[in-house]
Amino acid sequence: METIALITAFALILIGLYGILSNKNILKIIIGFSLFDTGLHVLIVTVGYIKGGTAPILDKVVGTSNAASKIVDPVPQALVLTAIVIGLGVTALMLAYALKLYQAKKSLKITDFKEMK
Amino acid sequence: MIRNFFILIILAGLAAVFVSLFWNFGSSDTLSPLAEHYANNGADEVGAPNLVTSVIVTYRGLDTLGEVTILFLVAAIVSFFLKTGKQEESAPKRESSEIILTASKLLMPIVMVMGIYVFINGHLTPGGGFQGGAIVASSFVLMLMANPRFEINHRIIAIVESVSGMAFVFIGVLGILLAGGFLDNKILPLGNYGEIFSAGAIPIIYSLVGLKVGSEISNILSNFQGVQMKKCND
Repeated sequence: METIALITAFALILIGLYGILSNKNILKIIIGFSLFDTGLHVLIVTVGYIKGGTAPILDKVVGTSNAASKIVDPVPQALVLTAIVIGLGVTALMLAYALKLYQAKKSLKITDFKEMK
Repeated sequence: MIRNFFILIILAGLAAVFVSLFWNFGSSDTLSPLAEHYANNGADEVGAPNLVTSVIVTYRGLDTLGEVTILFLVAAIVSFFLKTGKQEESAPKRESSEIILTASKLLMPIVMVMGIYVFINGHLTPGGGFQGGAIVASSFVLMLMANPRFEINHRIIAIVESVSGMAFVFIGVLGILLAGGFLDNKILPLGNYGEIFSAGAIPIIYSLVGLKVGSEISNILSNFQGVQMKKCND
């Protein structure tokens, strides 16, 4: 269980980083950032996994009395919820900047923007 | 060529770190002391069956307030950047087909009710304000996709956003005055465990968060759509 999740997380992070470093198109770089983000989210949730645990929602089977031995850690899940929202915000901002850059030079190739060098 | 080589070296280094992390990782069998406290006392202290919700809204409510503030900042910056100025008369565009228009109008209220259900039941079932808000915003995306001339009423969105944001902070301050601290949910009675009107102020706070998130995401999307409309006319 945690093996699959860990491999997925690390693979997503590496694919995302490769996309960020190797692509010239700004939109593709943004997609790379998104993949990197998703990999980190999977990784954080995996770290909170407890062997054989279930979702941290109490019901008839998982009551208050035996919750501590049955559920996975709720704190990383709460943190990932925060991280997803921040990721959405960062992606929206990057897309807005990309739009502005395109309007300025009619190009999305990152090598065309040399002013910051 | 040399660039590709550097990229390869960086990726290989990171992959080596990951492999060593992977071999040394083992899931623990027991919860950390903090999580154990939440598991044993969460139901009594907060009254919400969904422990993730009780962590987000009550134990770490201040984080959620910061999160909503960041989303607000993003919406403000995006609308500042993409301000299209005066909307000029758009050129005649091909209408979407009858089927798409009718189906989107039929689906929109259903998707919206689904979103509202998700954020009102955030303390009982998986879901909550952020997820429900995203579903509500997706109903607007459906309308934008089906009908490119569909315009979201910015005034209503601005009112919903600011009223729900202020009410969120107001409830937080009420927590200082009436209960244990900022954003404490015990300003209302905890009620019967597991019912929809229980867990104190959590359903109210999560509904406000859902409305705020839904209106902010719709605002961001309609700003992007406004730019696209202008581009079509150029």
